[in-house]
Amino acid sequence: MTIGITHFLIISAALFCIGLYGILIKRNLFSILMCIELMLNAVNINLVAFNHFLPTPNLSGQLMVLFSITVAAAEVAVGLALIFRVYRDFQTVNIDKLNSMKG
Amino acid sequence: MNLYVIYPEITVLVLALALIIIDLLLPSEETRRPLGYITILVLSILAISLFWQYHLTISAYFYQGLFYYDNYAIFFKQLFLLAVILTVLFSLQYIDTMKYSSEFYSMILFALTGMMILASANDFLTFFIGLELMTISFYALSGFGLTNKKSSEAAIKYLIIGSLSTAVTLYGISLIYGTAHSFDFAVVCKNPEFFSALGIAGMMMITAGIFFKMSIIPFHMWAPDTYEGAPVPVTGLLAMGSKAAAIAVFMRILFEAFFPAADYFMPVLAVFSAICMIGGNIAAMKQKNIKRMLAYSSIAQAGYMMVGICAASPQGLKGVLFYAFLYVLANTGAFAVVTVVALEKKGTDYEQFTALSQSAPVLAMVMSVSLLSMAGIPPTAGFAGKLYLFMAVVEHGYLWLAFVGFIMSMLSVYYYLKVVRVMYTGKSDGSTITISGAVRAAVLISMTATVVFGVWPQYLSMLTDFAAITFLR
Repeated sequence: MTIGITHFLIISAALFCIGLYGILIKRNLFSILMCIELMLNAVNINLVAFNHFLPTPNLSGQLMVLFSITVAAAEVAVGLALIFRVYRDFQTVNIDKLNSMKG
Repeated sequence: MNLYVIYPEITVLVLALALIIIDLLLPSEETRRPLGYITILVLSILAISLFWQYHLTISAYFYQGLFYYDNYAIFFKQLFLLAVILTVLFSLQYIDTMKYSSEFYSMILFALTGMMILASANDFLTFFIGLELMTISFYALSGFGLTNKKSSEAAIKYLIIGSLSTAVTLYGISLIYGTAHSFDFAVVCKNPEFFSALGIAGMMMITAGIFFKMSIIPFHMWAPDTYEGAPVPVTGLLAMGSKAAAIAVFMRILFEAFFPAADYFMPVLAVFSAICMIGGNIAAMKQKNIKRMLAYSSIAQAGYMMVGICAASPQGLKGVLFYAFLYVLANTGAFAVVTVVALEKKGTDYEQFTALSQSAPVLAMVMSVSLLSMAGIPPTAGFAGKLYLFMAVVEHGYLWLAFVGFIMSMLSVYYYLKVVRVMYTGKSDGSTITISGAVRAAVLISMTATVVFGVWPQYLSMLTDFAAITFLR
């Protein structure tokens, strides 16, 4: 069996859905952050696969992946800093407990 | 390589980095007020210099179409600059009370760079980078109220929903790349393979991602909490800059990259816009916090601007640009008043605004004019803006949408005037609020401009016409 683009797309779609599911059911902020990473990595697989199977070779897909990895790292850095702040303010990292604002 | 076309971005970025370095050199007990003055000065010169960049000839590209420098982009860059200048001007005092105030200034400038890149984005790569630069700066900015528990809650909620929307947008971009084999808007729209199931899924995901940033109902759940918890100047910038930037890039993507599909988009957009106007206005009525009320009202304002996008004509586009401009003016007025009240009375509920007309008559007047402009009462600019939007959309055949917008504007007068009533009635506790010169300047600029553009809309409309001609032909 040869591995075609379909296999890559299925893997990335599965990863994306697992990440989305995790964000919806997980209550721990760290787990949510990991699930977001999972979704962003699904996109990276997608981009690299599409780039590899292009009819005419160009590298823009791989270039996009480099940027996307960098941005994901920046996002996680800010996210971790904010989680520490939340822990200091609320003494918890459970997102259900963060409900001081309603309406 | 003509570096000349990215000089606004370079200036803002260099200024942001310079502020961080100056902060390290200054002794720590020194006030950081001069950094604010430097920011205002440099950004004002930049905004004025951009007037000479409007052109009638062919617009310049930077780096093979990654970055497009047309009149439309220049207009939005000026709009963001104006929003940031006025925000910094009215919040100098507020920022002084913060820890790490110079980082706050530079973080605002990083967000401004992101918005300016978004306005020029002509490629999904530039779009993605601009969007993330803006959003990540805003995550940090909304968590800047270190003494306020609500601020960290607001920031983490924004971060989770924001990164989720980033992932969705990026997945959409990858699907578009898979079908159209390019990130360039001009190449994407010419590729016939684009109209496959994969490409349409990609389009939907990108649209959903941008709707998160524009806080269109049903993608708005982060907006009220984040707006309430974030420091007031940040809330103002989120409502003005972040939303206007998302609208700028959404119109570019819709009418350039998705142009072959644009006709199918319009009925969907019309429905979203109607939901947004109805939901935003009705939810705003029962709010007890002014910041939260302004958050829902900004959701409704995004709905009004979507009406112009539905028209898909140069008139509609012009209406959106006009409305975005006066939306920034009205919001600066409102948020300037909220900032001063939050600083003096330590809260932004309706009770804190009681009898504001006696403790600070100027602020009460500016707040009333700004809110009336948002409601679209003549002779303020809001009336002219709504007139342009609804006229354009009626010409395009969406009479029902204009009707919904009209009814909802009437309903919105109720909750805007509720604030006015609270400010002008009630017993004063005898205290007076002293207003600094900078705040006075910011509120008077915003109020004068709101009234002037309401009575003589033709001057601003000339500029918006000029911005629209290079875009939709």
